[in-house]
Amino acid sequence: MARAKRLVHPKGRRVQTFLRLLRYTFLRGLAVWIALVVGIFLTIMVANMGGYVDKIKKAQIEESINMQVFQNPAYQNLTTEEKRKLAQQLIQLEIERLELDKPFIRFDKYFWKSRAFRYLGDALVLDFGFAEHIHSTSGSKKVWIIIQERLPYSVLLFTTASLIVFLTSIFVALILSRRYGSIWDRMSVSLAPLSTAPAWFYGIILIMIFAAQLRLLPFGGFVSIPPPKTMLAYAFSVVQHMVLPLLAWFIAYIFASVYSWRTFFLIYSSEDYVEMAKAKGVPGRALERRYILRPTLPPIITSFALMLIGAWMGAIITESVFNWPGLGSLYMQAINGFDTPVIVGLTMIYAYLLGITVFLLDFIYAIVDPRIKVGGGSTA
Amino acid sequence: MRKVLPVLRELTRYKSALGGLIILSFIVGLAIYAVITIPYGEAVRLWRGGEEMWRYNPVNAKPVWVNYFTPQKLPKTLILTSMEDAEIREEPLGKTSKKVFITYTFDYQADVPPSELAIVYKPKFKKKGPLVSVTWTTPDGREIKFGRMSIKSVSGSGSFWYPISLDKQLIKQFGDQKVEEGFFNDPHDERKVLKGKHRVEITAYLFEPGAWIETELVIYGTVHGLAGTDHRRRDIMIALLWGTPVALSFGLAAALGTMITSIIIAALGAWFGGWADSLVQRLTEIRMVIPTLPILIMVGMFFSKSIWTILATLLILNIIESSIKSYRAIFLQEKHAPYIEAAKSYGARNLRIVFRYLIPKIVPMLVPAFVLAVPGYVFLEAALSVLGLGDPVLPTWGKLLSDAQGKGALFQGHYYWVLEPAFMLMLTGFGFTMIGHALDRIFNPKLREI
Repeated sequence: MARAKRLVHPKGRRVQTFLRLLRYTFLRGLAVWIALVVGIFLTIMVANMGGYVDKIKKAQIEESINMQVFQNPAYQNLTTEEKRKLAQQLIQLEIERLELDKPFIRFDKYFWKSRAFRYLGDALVLDFGFAEHIHSTSGSKKVWIIIQERLPYSVLLFTTASLIVFLTSIFVALILSRRYGSIWDRMSVSLAPLSTAPAWFYGIILIMIFAAQLRLLPFGGFVSIPPPKTMLAYAFSVVQHMVLPLLAWFIAYIFASVYSWRTFFLIYSSEDYVEMAKAKGVPGRALERRYILRPTLPPIITSFALMLIGAWMGAIITESVFNWPGLGSLYMQAINGFDTPVIVGLTMIYAYLLGITVFLLDFIYAIVDPRIKVGGGSTA
Repeated sequence: MRKVLPVLRELTRYKSALGGLIILSFIVGLAIYAVITIPYGEAVRLWRGGEEMWRYNPVNAKPVWVNYFTPQKLPKTLILTSMEDAEIREEPLGKTSKKVFITYTFDYQADVPPSELAIVYKPKFKKKGPLVSVTWTTPDGREIKFGRMSIKSVSGSGSFWYPISLDKQLIKQFGDQKVEEGFFNDPHDERKVLKGKHRVEITAYLFEPGAWIETELVIYGTVHGLAGTDHRRRDIMIALLWGTPVALSFGLAAALGTMITSIIIAALGAWFGGWADSLVQRLTEIRMVIPTLPILIMVGMFFSKSIWTILATLLILNIIESSIKSYRAIFLQEKHAPYIEAAKSYGARNLRIVFRYLIPKIVPMLVPAFVLAVPGYVFLEAALSVLGLGDPVLPTWGKLLSDAQGKGALFQGHYYWVLEPAFMLMLTGFGFTMIGHALDRIFNPKLREI
């Protein structure tokens, strides 16, 4: 069967490849999508904590309505008893509006209409509802708008950080793997344990040295207050604020990264096909690029992608240590203020980012690794 | 044991592993020492104890060893009691009353003034409390009279605290100087401490027959103990010591639990194949899109901050880890190994093959990964504490960092408060990583060649 297929006319084969690619894309997309939906659903269930959050919400509603009724001058001439009755009614209405009187998942004919699924549907179309306390600088309380406002800050800082670490470590590791056993090589190996500590940890230490003791760089934040007027001064101030977080990130990741890439390249450069190429007389540069780097690209790319996502996620603490106004700080703010919709919204965003990355990685693999063929599993 | 000893012997051949072993045994020793000397209940009681428990400690005092690194000599806390360190003189006044003079003299040689001053009155009386006043004579002979008051009631422990540093009259008198500076600094050069003998005389009028008074003069230093104190006067040493067993047990339990469960699941999936395998695969995909830290944060926030809850959540989340994929790949290869075929042919049951043949075979390969995973979890616990989601009762390293961060330790220059837990965290991280890297070379010979 397989043999017969290979004999198809080249043009037909191209169409076939395309169809196969399409099918593969669809199936992978579907699998990731299902995983995403289930993952987000589980997140929603966790966020609800078996009805515990409902209790908190009810208490909040009670408090705010009681306050409204008892402090509203319009109700001044009501007796306390009447006021209490009115408040009770309003609380009941609000609870019914939010369906807090019904279980999170209803096991009756309204099963698919229960809150859990409604939240899921909303979340899937990025409708995270309204924040309870936090608002964007433009004054909106829509979670999605708040997140949109903070996202660029995180992306700016951590994409820069990840890129610097990634490029430096690959470059250094390639050099080291060529000079295996040299003093630099041994030094890089013995420095690897420095990477056990996370970036926020180095952040605290760096703040101590450069901000508290030497007073060279700012403690944290995005730009100095008040912000400089001119464009150039503004940019300079931002860069100044970025130095310490970038450095913390760099120290936290560079050593382990160099160590593992170096080991990785060393293993790959002792593969048979590399020896073969060497024997054939392929020059050093080409050997490195075509025979060592190319087959190692998929793991390199994966690790970069996961590092990037991890950076946006694990940065919760780093950002709050440096008071950087990105998603991480928002998360912190939401935790401290018990702002559930924001927390759930952010968690979903992370889930989405992870899902999309997983999906994209499959493709990048297929493109860069000559040994993997897209959708080739059943036919080739 | 037969298998462990050679590995240990080989480990000692690597210099870094030897260093790691020394660090690790130090940490384990410290953990055991902590658990033995300060039992769990005691540690929690001490750490959660209020002002009452730590009253004799200075606020935010540096560790004692700071004195070796600074040109200035920093004072330790001096507690003088009337029973031991004072001269007591009595003068009868009429039939029932008497006047008691309690005189302390002490030599102050530190280069900075103390951080706080207080007198503790411990009077015994039935109805009418004593009338007290203080005369402080500085080394240059200035006499300062203050603190005239009658003691009407005492606290549960029978003492009355008179915080000299907060005395309004003295604050007014010394103007822009702090009260301690007023007593201890040279009036001609206000930045320098006047060294020499101070004399503090407490005069008490007792109005009842059989009434008595004891006093303590507390001159709070700016250094305390081997670790210093925090903003609530607590000895940081307690958290440093107790953080060790907590960090170790959390790190080890999390790393071990995660690894064991995910190995078993990977092995079962790979062995049985079919729907079991694809279920495991799909679950791994779902797990990949669930972010760990946010989930932990939500659990900590909504449910419980207890370290055991966090550990359980972590285990549940990590049962289906991404590393399952790589374990599965190894198992799929092993599945067709001759010894497995042999086991099958003599009729071993499935579970026996999985647990007695398949899993033990790859365990050695996972030892380095296990050791290397521990510090990650130790830092995770610290991270949660820094976020304010640490265990509410346990004193841990992360708690120290979190307190220090929250109280602006870095702004105020209390570096020891950050550096000490940071050092412990780093030490633990280094210990495990150094051993892990060496183990990696021992168990994965491919790495050894290069």
